[in-house]
Amino acid sequence: MNREDFTILKDSNMVYFDNGATTLKPDCVRDAVIDYYNKYTASIHRGDYKNSLKVSAMYDDTREIIRKFINANHPSEIIFTAGTTDSLNDIVFGYFRHHLVKGDEILITETEHASNVLPWFILAKEIGVVVKYISLNDNNELTIDNLRNAITDKTKVVSIAHITNVIGDVRDIKEIAKECHSHNILLVVDAAQSIAHIKVDVTDMDIDFMAFSGHKIYGPTGIGVLYGKFNLLKELTPVAYGGGMNAIFNKDGYVEYKDLPDKLEAGTPNIEGVLGLGKSILYVDKIGIDKINKYETELRKYLVDKLSELDFITMYNKDNEAAIITFNIDNVFSQDAAIYLDKYNICVRAGNHCAKMTKDVFNVANTVRISLSFYNTKEEIDLLVNVLKNSKNIWEEIL
Amino acid sequence: MDNDMKRSIILDNYSNARNRGIPDNSDDYIMINSNNQSCIDNINIYVKLKDGVIEDIKYEGEACVIAISSTSIISSMLIGKTLKEANELLGNYFNMIEEKEYDKELLGEANVYEDMYKQPSRKTCATLFARGITNLLKGKE
Ligand SMILES: Cc1ncc(COP(=O)(O)O)c(C=O)c1O
Repeated sequence: MNREDFTILKDSNMVYFDNGATTLKPDCVRDAVIDYYNKYTASIHRGDYKNSLKVSAMYDDTREIIRKFINANHPSEIIFTAGTTDSLNDIVFGYFRHHLVKGDEILITETEHASNVLPWFILAKEIGVVVKYISLNDNNELTIDNLRNAITDKTKVVSIAHITNVIGDVRDIKEIAKECHSHNILLVVDAAQSIAHIKVDVTDMDIDFMAFSGHKIYGPTGIGVLYGKFNLLKELTPVAYGGGMNAIFNKDGYVEYKDLPDKLEAGTPNIEGVLGLGKSILYVDKIGIDKINKYETELRKYLVDKLSELDFITMYNKDNEAAIITFNIDNVFSQDAAIYLDKYNICVRAGNHCAKMTKDVFNVANTVRISLSFYNTKEEIDLLVNVLKNSKNIWEEIL
Repeated sequence: MDNDMKRSIILDNYSNARNRGIPDNSDDYIMINSNNQSCIDNINIYVKLKDGVIEDIKYEGEACVIAISSTSIISSMLIGKTLKEANELLGNYFNMIEEKEYDKELLGEANVYEDMYKQPSRKTCATLFARGITNLLKGKE
């Protein structure tokens, strides 16, 4: 649906199945970015002239757009960052580095993305916290029972993806949050793969910290969001210092910081990114996240049914939920499969998808991943299936 | 060599890769890992040296058709060679991949990759093994 909103889809016969990596941008997002440069170019919160005041207002309005979209309580709980990775690093090094002590335990899973693993590893080296893994069930999902079994008196944080980027399992964040909070554990949610595909309500789900990227929800690259409950965010020590975040300082080294959210947004921000992100959120909201979810779920089922008919395809996450399918063509390395599909302008991802620990879960390190969006169609899936059916010829085509 | 011929040599060396596997007596071997940071090819290379001669080569890992087949072909060519001969062969191979002058005679079956320079993104696949073993042999002469 809504394919007409995307120039990139109008002008080519590309089949874009790599939405988990990044999404295409609708024209309205492109226009928001261009308008900023063509009509307003100015910094925010610094100038007394009309354009600066206008841009400042648009920037502040975007915070409210995001607040509403994820149902946060206050716009100050929304911090603009460079993306999920940046947000997660802020959470780990700005908050937890100052609130955890040696021996405290952090629970993650083996299917997390590198950006929700490596910062914790570094923190473990730096201050002696311990990273542990919640075991997954046979379907590679996180169950409440397994979470409960992994919790000890030392557990202080559970940090998990809402939807994982290789398995595509959807975690029951609301129930997980209940379990965490009944043990005084804070819950960090990596919403990179969920924000554009399923309703995320930080208040209803009772999430403590959350991260997502603009480019995975039809917005620009280099912009993302860090959400934190106000009382927690207040305690987050800035990782970056400079202009825009300080209220006063003098030559003796005395500094006072501004209040949230400014305190955590040092330097001239990514204004075009913020404005583009605001537009993309409005765009998604207008189509309706529930409608998107329903359509993508239907499309996923269609894809799984079609791929199931091909006996030379091994699927690894047939029974999971999100619109992400990982598979291999038997006896073909995933990268060769991706190069073959590219000959037909079908864009897929090959590899370990930045979730290198997942190989221990699947027992296979590298896979082909298809991640769907609302602009994908059954016709595109039919084309894919036809090309796969002809993959006997793969070597004639790619060698 | 025509394309069909090249393709069948590459495929044969992919499906029935020679010298593949981890050596039983790995203590006798020097090991090095070779991977492509920009993609996902990743192999461990094991080399057994004796009196300046490459006695055996083994490797294991996951990589694409170009990487595995070139590893199979070049490893087979290097077994039994002196370090000097090996380095000369490898030097010629890199030259071919980089579209520089090289000795075609010396490269035998490895000539199947003579057009690889036309696909810059696959050059790293074609040199996965050659780069690894060149590093491993460095300073051993
Ligand atoms: C689950 C998950 N977490 C985090 C990230 C990192 O997002 P970004 O690269 O935009 O910071 C990704 C994106 O690849 C992801 O899929």
